[in-house]
Amino acid sequence: MTQQRFPLSRISRGIALGGLVSLGLAVSASAQALTVISFGGASGEAMQNAYYGPFSEETGIRLTPGDYNGELSRIRAMVETGNVSWDLVEMESPELVRGCFEGLFEPIDWQRLGLGSVLIDAAFDECGVGTFVWSTVLAYNADALDGAPTSWADFWDVEQFPGTRGLRRGAKYTLEFALMADGVAADEVYDVLRTDEGVDRAFAKLDEIKDHIQWWEAGAQPPQWLVSGDVAMTSAYNGRIAAAQEEGSNLEIVWNESIYDLDYWAIVAGSEHVDEAYAFIEFASQPETQAAYSSQIPYGPVHPEAIAQLDEAQARRMPTYEENMVGALAIDTSFWVDHGEELEQRFSAWAAR
Amino acid sequence: MSANQTATMSPARPGGNLKAQLRRAERLRKLKAIGLVAPLALFLIVVFVVPIGNMLWRSVDNTELDSVMPLTAEGLRQWDGSGLPDEATLAAFAAELRDSRQGGGLGRISRRLNYEDSRYRSLLMNTLRGLPAVDAVGPDTDWVATLTEIDPAWGETETWLGIQRTAPTTTDRYLLASLDLERSADGEIQRVAERDRLYLSVFQRTLVIAGGVTLICLALGFPLAYLLATLPAKTSNMLMILVLLPFWTSLLVRTAAWIILLQSNGLVNQSLLFTGLIDSPLQLVFNRIGVFFAMVHILLPFMVLPLYSVMKGISPSYQRAAVSLGAHPFAAFWQVYVPQTISGVAAGTILVFIMALGYYITPALVGGPADQMVSYYVAYYTNTTNNWGMAAALGSLLLVVTLLLYLVYHRLVNRKQLIRS
Repeated sequence: MTQQRFPLSRISRGIALGGLVSLGLAVSASAQALTVISFGGASGEAMQNAYYGPFSEETGIRLTPGDYNGELSRIRAMVETGNVSWDLVEMESPELVRGCFEGLFEPIDWQRLGLGSVLIDAAFDECGVGTFVWSTVLAYNADALDGAPTSWADFWDVEQFPGTRGLRRGAKYTLEFALMADGVAADEVYDVLRTDEGVDRAFAKLDEIKDHIQWWEAGAQPPQWLVSGDVAMTSAYNGRIAAAQEEGSNLEIVWNESIYDLDYWAIVAGSEHVDEAYAFIEFASQPETQAAYSSQIPYGPVHPEAIAQLDEAQARRMPTYEENMVGALAIDTSFWVDHGEELEQRFSAWAAR
Repeated sequence: MSANQTATMSPARPGGNLKAQLRRAERLRKLKAIGLVAPLALFLIVVFVVPIGNMLWRSVDNTELDSVMPLTAEGLRQWDGSGLPDEATLAAFAAELRDSRQGGGLGRISRRLNYEDSRYRSLLMNTLRGLPAVDAVGPDTDWVATLTEIDPAWGETETWLGIQRTAPTTTDRYLLASLDLERSADGEIQRVAERDRLYLSVFQRTLVIAGGVTLICLALGFPLAYLLATLPAKTSNMLMILVLLPFWTSLLVRTAAWIILLQSNGLVNQSLLFTGLIDSPLQLVFNRIGVFFAMVHILLPFMVLPLYSVMKGISPSYQRAAVSLGAHPFAAFWQVYVPQTISGVAAGTILVFIMALGYYITPALVGGPADQMVSYYVAYYTNTTNNWGMAAALGSLLLVVTLLLYLVYHRLVNRKQLIRS
């Protein structure tokens, strides 16, 4: 998903930094510096300002930043050959679950981290510490719609809110939204989806509005369609909607029944700088540093107190703002790692009929 | 070669020295020729034959369990499939499971086992956590009891049958799945459940879209190439630049431009609404229409260029001669001119058709869910789920279909040329 957020800037930065990073890695292997790899792009810049620079200043630990595109294969190659040059890596949740299962990451020792249980629940993973939250939400153009939808049931109500609907082309998110529209409570969605009847129920619900759906593929499409009037409402990534809001369009987000996911810090198995990595994670999980990050980019902090340090307008745009968390659902990554393939195939077959 | 052989087979002729010299010279020539061809041959083998061979192999490759748990795989291959596997196999399984986390082996086998049943990954994970410490087990450990205590699923024959299916080193499951087929519990090949049938229709739509695009390109490209070939050089060069211009633009940009032109409030719909031809915007993009628009636009130059180069070489005097001998102008065109362009038509259509078969990004952006072609699913399995077996099987089938079609086409075109001449 992150891949879809800033593809162009990431690619160009990737190319530009590629040479520098490999050069940096060669140097850092001998000099004792902590190598931190993120997804780069706008998020990487925010991390540089909020985490990397202040961390080195405060602790004196030298830090080599770098970026990548989330490929687990590169980490696998390092661990298998015993040539581990990355210490700390930003991971998306499906890759974190897979990599953890394969033993590519150090299991997190929560005692050693000394964060207690202050972070939001979803931030605790066997092999990773959550660092920010992004969300898939219902979004609509307030200028184009009579009244305000408040739930996925309203999304399905094409009588009251006429117009085309946008949904991501795929089973992930779509099935969850369909079940919530059918009256399943947010915290029961995955229990229902784990049964065959639950999956049938989700597809039956999708049948109701199939003719009204325009499917999107890239994260840039939903805000563009909302602004151009192609769709009346759509699912969308919250960061994309925030960017469109900044450009002046009157888009609104419904946080109720949104699905949030996290990006995590994970320590590569066999890293020689485990102590420094723990120190970095702890530093990057403080309210002040988290607020510094989120003030630059609308990804929600995992530390509940960080929100209070943002100004009100910024805080309201965060997936982790208290009001926004009401009725929201954390994605069940294990479910999608196990069942993703069969459900995506069934979705493709259904969508093509 | 054959001349060389006949020469050596006729013995007792004078001038044997000369023959030896000739042979040596010929050998030298052959070596030189091989030396000249070798780099290209080597290049083709490295970048073409090996990867394709590798892809074909992956579509039947089933070595996950065998490489990570060799003893378990061996034990399960011997097992008759009733009750539970013997204690030795269970002990080997427990030992190999314990070591499998090294080097990503556990991830490989759990991914493979999850294709059989999606509960294996969690089952293996929980079992690994629940295994007794190494020094707490010995030769007299009762593994049936130990494993069943960790998870009752290990006491079910069905669980072990699932693992047994992954024990052979090759499998036809990916190729069968690419044809919407599967093996039932007793090994019979059967169609998958109605709601999961997907790939046959994907192959069908891939051929329909590629064929349609080819025909439209031919219909548009033939008159255009004819015009280019018959106009004076100055004008035709200008027009040629217009044909080539799209070549210099990125494919993504051209595709995105079509979205902007064709969307509900895009230029095309706005103009149609303005002129009063339609009352409400037409759905021109995110469906089959959009796919045809964008793909024809992108592939048209590949039709025009071969046609143009062939037509340029056709002398206008044949057609003129036919007309002067009394042929109707259309008959002169159809019976004299068109047959001479067949080689251009053949090259253009096969080029466009084969390129269209592999299209991925254009249908992904301007098509709907019912317009995605085979390569979309190859990309999905390669990038999103890491199921390279399925990706390879779909790719291999597409390769086979393409080769078969090419053979049929080759025959047709050759016969046509023979009849015409």
